[in-house]
Amino acid sequence: MVTYGKGLRPLSIVTAILLAGGLVLALFYAPIDADQGFRQKIFYIHVPMAITAMGGFIAGGIAGIMYLRTEDAKWDLRSYTWIHQALILALGALITGSIWAKTAWGHWWVWDEPTLVSFLIVFLLYCTYQPLRFSIEDRDKQSRYAAVFAITAGAFVPLNFMAVRMAQSLSHPRVLATSEGGLPPEMQLPFYTMIVAMILLFITLSKYEMASKNARAQIRTLRRRMGGDEGPQRRSAAPSLPATTPTSPS
Amino acid sequence: MRHAVIALLRKEAALELRTPQVIPAMALFSVITYVVFHFGLKRNQLEGDLASGVLWVTILFAAMLGIARLFVSDREEGGFDAFLLAPVDRTAMFVAKAISMFSYLVLVQVIAIPAFVILLLGPTPDGTQALNLVAVLALADLGIAVVGTLVGALAVQTRARDLIVPMLALPLLVPVIIGAARASAPLFALHATALPGKWLAVLALYDLVFGLLAYGVFDYLVED
Repeated sequence: MVTYGKGLRPLSIVTAILLAGGLVLALFYAPIDADQGFRQKIFYIHVPMAITAMGGFIAGGIAGIMYLRTEDAKWDLRSYTWIHQALILALGALITGSIWAKTAWGHWWVWDEPTLVSFLIVFLLYCTYQPLRFSIEDRDKQSRYAAVFAITAGAFVPLNFMAVRMAQSLSHPRVLATSEGGLPPEMQLPFYTMIVAMILLFITLSKYEMASKNARAQIRTLRRRMGGDEGPQRRSAAPSLPATTPTSPS
Repeated sequence: MRHAVIALLRKEAALELRTPQVIPAMALFSVITYVVFHFGLKRNQLEGDLASGVLWVTILFAAMLGIARLFVSDREEGGFDAFLLAPVDRTAMFVAKAISMFSYLVLVQVIAIPAFVILLLGPTPDGTQALNLVAVLALADLGIAVVGTLVGALAVQTRARDLIVPMLALPLLVPVIIGAARASAPLFALHATALPGKWLAVLALYDLVFGLLAYGVFDYLVED
């Protein structure tokens, strides 16, 4: 039996400490940006969110490949959870990006910023992941089709970034040097801390979601074993875990 | 595999010839969309970026109709079951469907492009521009056909088929729209300039990546 809850408490504590520490570093240690002033601080939340979301989408695609190769429900659950969490982070990145664009350039949305535009396209594509799963009733088929979607969308992410970046006219300079090369050292420490913290947050939340899904599957198994009525089975977008046999405490 | 592909293509052609459904619908949709654009934009003639955008939005939305119908008869009338019983490679179905989707698009464009030139386009393209446009159309159609086949096969098994197709296909086809619209804009300009080769390269790269990808994963979509 897979225990998803293992090590969850220390992981949560480390994540909370790193997130808080990263925010403190970003707010008090990092220098105030010469051009944008204090509002540039949103950079320390926005960019790590966006990077983690992209990584989560691609990880979801890789889990999709693993599912098709192994037919193991574990990988389907991972793919589902990672894409789910990445979607939440992507929404956060879009909102913080929009706020940043408003404060820095005076517009809520800037079509000249290729990263922002391609991010929106990727976000819209992944928004279809849950509806697609939800509209397939057969569980095996749901997992398989979701894996195909995850792989296709994962491959789409870099191709889309390339096409959108090329579409911008060259007269617009890259306003934000988000590449690490452009950052002074006092900004690098908070920035990297926040990236690590955000990735840890992603892993922690994914583990919580998987543990919850796993617990629900076990409760269902136990109810069935007790002969109780489990009520009508609701249709769901979430992957179903195989009926595990809970081990008795030894 | 060649025999299987040819057999499937003959089936597709026989179906569409017996009761023409998809191609007339797509062609009519394209022409009515030009009328909608004429009133929506309040313009009698278009050129340059705007002309290119109108043409490609129309082609893309017309393609949605074809993608949504691509696998319906196979699902509803047992085409999938019969195909799975046959001892042939499953990829044959992908190749055949992509070729038929490509031919649908070409046949529709034989009507829709002249209609566009007559109804909306300001500057009439000369011979070289027409040839360049054919190159752009061919590469973009290939991309739409490949991604459309993949999306169509994904969506046909869902209960919300007609909703899933545009939601999946439109974001996936954004790079095609970027490449095709940018490549054909100079061909429609008042003072036409040369075809920008880099957009053809983008389209070709897209076709290659998604062609290989769809070829690889399609097997998993026609099981049982």
